[in-house]
Amino acid sequence: MDATVAKTGTEGKTWGGGNRPLNASYGKMMMWFFIVSDALTFSGFIASYGFSRFKFIDAWPIADEVFTHVPFLHGVPAPMYYVAFMTFILIFSSVTMVLAVDAGHRMQKKKVIWYMFATIIGGAIFVGSQAWEWATFIKGDYGAVETKGGKILQFLDTEGDRVAIGDFAVELPTERATHERKNGIWYQTEPETLTSFSFEEVKAGFLANDNLLVRTQYLDENGEPTVLSREESVNKIVNDGKLVVEGANLIRNEYGHPLFADFFFFITGFHGFHVFSGVVINIIIFFNVIIGTYERRKSYEMVEKVGLYWHFVDLVWVFVFTFFYLV
Amino acid sequence: MAHEHKLEIFRGLLKFKSNVTKIWGVFVFLSIVTIIEVYLGIVKPEFLTETRFLAMKLLNWIFIILTLVKAYYITWDFMHQRDETKALRRAVVWTAVFLICYLILILLIEGDYIYEVYKQNYVKFDF
Repeated sequence: MDATVAKTGTEGKTWGGGNRPLNASYGKMMMWFFIVSDALTFSGFIASYGFSRFKFIDAWPIADEVFTHVPFLHGVPAPMYYVAFMTFILIFSSVTMVLAVDAGHRMQKKKVIWYMFATIIGGAIFVGSQAWEWATFIKGDYGAVETKGGKILQFLDTEGDRVAIGDFAVELPTERATHERKNGIWYQTEPETLTSFSFEEVKAGFLANDNLLVRTQYLDENGEPTVLSREESVNKIVNDGKLVVEGANLIRNEYGHPLFADFFFFITGFHGFHVFSGVVINIIIFFNVIIGTYERRKSYEMVEKVGLYWHFVDLVWVFVFTFFYLV
Repeated sequence: MAHEHKLEIFRGLLKFKSNVTKIWGVFVFLSIVTIIEVYLGIVKPEFLTETRFLAMKLLNWIFIILTLVKAYYITWDFMHQRDETKALRRAVVWTAVFLICYLILILLIEGDYIYEVYKQNYVKFDF
């Protein structure tokens, strides 16, 4: 047995092994590894958002006009407030998470349990808020008309206030035959949802109301969307208008460029998925704390590791908040 | 480094008595920064939206700088980078910052170039 024990003669020296130059455990190192790579993934998404935005810099929707809703305050335009609330929720749940980590260092099991519980609740509120934000965005607000070139035309009255298409569109008696595979082109299907008014109805209503103007998605030199004169508006609608858009999806977006909606869904969706998985991981660790796993292990480092992940999610949101809602 | 915490923020200007008070202090600071951001986002003071610096509104520069400030305190105090070794901190931060700066620079220049092409080179886009 003795013969197989290797002694290198370097014990205790720099290259003798057992050094911990970064002074971090394997698990924590790997969590940092993951965080750096995930941060690069998110930067890729946000930078590509910037790319598309710079590409269409003169026709990009203004976030203040897109996200104006607050739950239970119907019809009150309140830009930013709800996102600000969501940001606070996430920062606060970050705080309770650090407090849980701190209590873990002191081996105070009860405190860890309560702080982690608060963190989970905060995360759940955030994910719920995001779902609501999505639903509002998908449902849409005023409705708009899309031109043949895929541009969005929105409606204003002469005072400059937005007008919903439902307020002026006229009901025209129309017959609409449902497209079926047996009597139509077999590879084409009906659209899944029909807009509440057809383009012809919106056009007729627009021509009948002299006080309505059209606003294009192009920004003027003040950074405001260009408002056309009545004459130009009529021209635009009659010559270029093609279909009605209500709300936003991956193909059409009543607020402006469809890429805005695409990036919104993709980036906030990817972030929301991180929050969701963070909540799930937090719940697992929460129960581990309750049954005393880390008490027996005499180390709450696991709480610290999920804490790192949770703070990272908060960190990403700080950037998403800036680039989607502020800038 | 699990049980030792550096309790100073703002380069030693503010020193907290315990780690818990430091956490709350950082939370208050982050909240103030967020409130400033939201306030500026709602009010949009004209002198900030009209002045431009390096092809971007001054207001947007303020938002980005405040965001980086928040990111710094989240990473340093909530993620305990302040208490880690210098080597770990640099391995994480420098790598990410270098790659992200490169990516942003390339993509934004390219995006602006395509915008100019659409605008000037007879690419018919609005019909």
